[in-house]
Amino acid sequence: MRFGGVHALAGASLRLHPGEVHSLAGENGCGKSTLIKVISGIHRPTSGEVLFDGEVIPNLNPRLSIDRGISVIYQDFALLPNMTVAENIALPSLATSRVRLFRVKHAESLAEQALVRLGVSLEPSAVVDSLGIADRQLVAIARSLAQQARVVILDEPTTALTWREVDVLFTALDGLRRQDVSLVFVSHKLQEMMRISDRITIMRNGAVAATGLASEFDRSRVVEATTGRDLLPSPSPTNGCAHRAARPGGLEVQHLGRKETFADISLTVGAGEIVGLTGLLGSGRTEIAEALFGLEPADVGSIVVDGVPVVVRSPEDAMAAGIAYVPEDRLSQGLFLNQSIEKNICSSNLTKYVGPVGALKRGLLRKEVGETVVDLRIKADSLDAPVRVLSGGNAQRVVLSRWLMRNPKVLILNGPTVGVDVGSKFDILAILRSRALDGAAILLISDDLTELVSCCSRVYIVRQGRVAGHVAGTNLTEQQLELETKA
Amino acid sequence: MRGPEVPLRLRRRPLVWTSNADAVLYLTIFGLVVVMSIASPGFFSLPTLFNVVRESMVNGVFALGVMIVLIAGGIDVSFMAIGIFAGYSAVLLLPKGSSVGLLLAGYVLAVAIGVGLGLVNAAAVAKLRLPTLIATLGTQTLFRGVLLEYVGRKYIDNLPPSLARLSRANLITVTTGSGAKASMHVLIVPIIAVALLLSWFLRRTLLGRTFYALGGSEESSLRMGLSVLPAKVLVFVIAGGLAGFAGLSQIVLSQQANPFGLVGQELDVLAAAVLGGAAIAGGRGSVRGVIGGVVLIALINSSLVSLGVPSSWFRAVVGLLLLIGVAIQSRKQRTGGSPILVEASL
Repeated sequence: MRFGGVHALAGASLRLHPGEVHSLAGENGCGKSTLIKVISGIHRPTSGEVLFDGEVIPNLNPRLSIDRGISVIYQDFALLPNMTVAENIALPSLATSRVRLFRVKHAESLAEQALVRLGVSLEPSAVVDSLGIADRQLVAIARSLAQQARVVILDEPTTALTWREVDVLFTALDGLRRQDVSLVFVSHKLQEMMRISDRITIMRNGAVAATGLASEFDRSRVVEATTGRDLLPSPSPTNGCAHRAARPGGLEVQHLGRKETFADISLTVGAGEIVGLTGLLGSGRTEIAEALFGLEPADVGSIVVDGVPVVVRSPEDAMAAGIAYVPEDRLSQGLFLNQSIEKNICSSNLTKYVGPVGALKRGLLRKEVGETVVDLRIKADSLDAPVRVLSGGNAQRVVLSRWLMRNPKVLILNGPTVGVDVGSKFDILAILRSRALDGAAILLISDDLTELVSCCSRVYIVRQGRVAGHVAGTNLTEQQLELETKA
Repeated sequence: MRGPEVPLRLRRRPLVWTSNADAVLYLTIFGLVVVMSIASPGFFSLPTLFNVVRESMVNGVFALGVMIVLIAGGIDVSFMAIGIFAGYSAVLLLPKGSSVGLLLAGYVLAVAIGVGLGLVNAAAVAKLRLPTLIATLGTQTLFRGVLLEYVGRKYIDNLPPSLARLSRANLITVTTGSGAKASMHVLIVPIIAVALLLSWFLRRTLLGRTFYALGGSEESSLRMGLSVLPAKVLVFVIAGGLAGFAGLSQIVLSQQANPFGLVGQELDVLAAAVLGGAAIAGGRGSVRGVIGGVVLIALINSSLVSLGVPSSWFRAVVGLLLLIGVAIQSRKQRTGGSPILVEASL
């Protein structure tokens, strides 16, 4: 399989047994997504074949793949937000059965059946728009079941879920396993993989790097197979961090509040310090970050950057004050997907390259963007390629590099390693550390407790829009964080 | 087989977005009628009703076509051009004679031409992959140009006998106290039938639901294995057919065929559809709502006339209503989600 100038897949094989959960892991761009697209008939392989029940399926296309019972649940769930749960679950199977009339009762009973099989209770007449992410995911899985799926492929299903929601999902998946459904679980999260899988396959550079029973794998084997190097960052709090070197200055926030969203948020991030901010999804952590960057400004409270009080009413204000923000959903909020890598990187820094008559200094721009790309090890054929062709880890580096080029005094990152493979994660955290050493104040919003503990000198915990805890020093352990967050 | 034990999730109440919006719309209509009846004696009468219905008929059919395109996630600005192209051509092609058969032939012709032009739209959108606004802006000009250049640019005021007969066919005629006559035109019957049929089609057939799915997310519809391409083509075919029907009806009601007519009045219809809850962003809209929107605009027009407001103001009001309709829709999209902050007492 050739894809965009490089071999996306080279002799990769994957064998699925009925009733097993098979984890598929690997760095971004290792060929996982391409393999899934081949199985689901979206891409045609240049060599090799897909066998189902021992029988070769020639000319596999999406329709045939669905008919055979292969169902892929992508990260966006491919739902229809304007339609009901029942319609989302029943429409595809109604379409294949070639009925012409649509009866609400019939659709709802199909949906009920699928939801019962999944072991969850959702109102079939609810409009999907009104559901949270976790429920939408369950709707997507129920839809696969309604289509009599025998293979369900889940692409990073836990990325946007809270711990409790992950539990619900895993219980449901466990039930499906007992109904002889094969599940492919694509994930970057080691712990979850170990917890749910019967079997693990790890890909690297388009080929299978390791495969076997889950019991044969441990953390170091997974990391080694994924990256091909033995770069396991030990998750101890003493690991090369910039903390305790905090200098005066940085970010100081006093009594920040916004109506119905958060109140009385006070926190400090010293220059040269990496400070964590965590909390459950919906706790207000993203909203606080957006207020600090002026996207949804706060109503009350003060923000001080390097000892100078600043008024942040808009992102322009924040940028002028030296605050940078890397948003959570980089695809929709952080990138111009159809624009080139170069344009994406320089888009927040254009004033720096404006020449005497207002024209851009293209030469200088290209040179500095090129340097950044090398610095951050962004893998791309060309600076002119549109950002949408990049894999998750590379896209994240593009967003990051855009803000790093501004040399911000305060850098706020929201889930910078979500959906990023182990190798890229390590790189991104290393970049943050070196920036902190250079004197930046970094506020790291994350779910990943290991990451927080290994990287931050202190961690704030938000709950229901308020600072509910502050963990520092020897107290800063994963157990303590988990306790405080869930309390 | 029993499912695995899972905590029972909260059942959520279904959203009644559409019906709520429809209720607000019809309440507005009711309120306007009450206010006008008080402000202007003689407003509350059968002639006013007949007038509003007559004003609503042609725009109503156009609006239903626009609504389908909106539901499927597109926008159409070529429907007026299709309407006058189909209507005017049918008038030219129809032989002399006053039989009902010829009348039906005229309508079949107009609808068929509308369908054909709808296929041109479908080709531009589906084959050339153009955004619907750009595609229909292009075809609007194309259709109008071809009509004036190759079909005719002559103003026709003596319609073929069959159509002329229909022009004068009324369902009910009343004579008011002052001796003036007011009538309900017979075309209201087929128009109501079309509206009911369309409503049934959208709610009760898989293809109808596919239109909504398409407007919700084309990408998701594709991946769900729905027949996206046929649905897309059908959307423009139905919209074209409805425009052809509306175009000929406009000629019949006004008793003249003006090839320069209709084009330019797209905004009234779009405003009506949007006020009626057909979402600019796609995926939402109902026959009931859109008809309400059309009636509201006709009612406002009629109210302005009876209040003696210069008719030029009507344009301004339509523009304002369109802005209000779109603003309501975008507010609906932005809001949602419950407050995060729980007061300190917890």
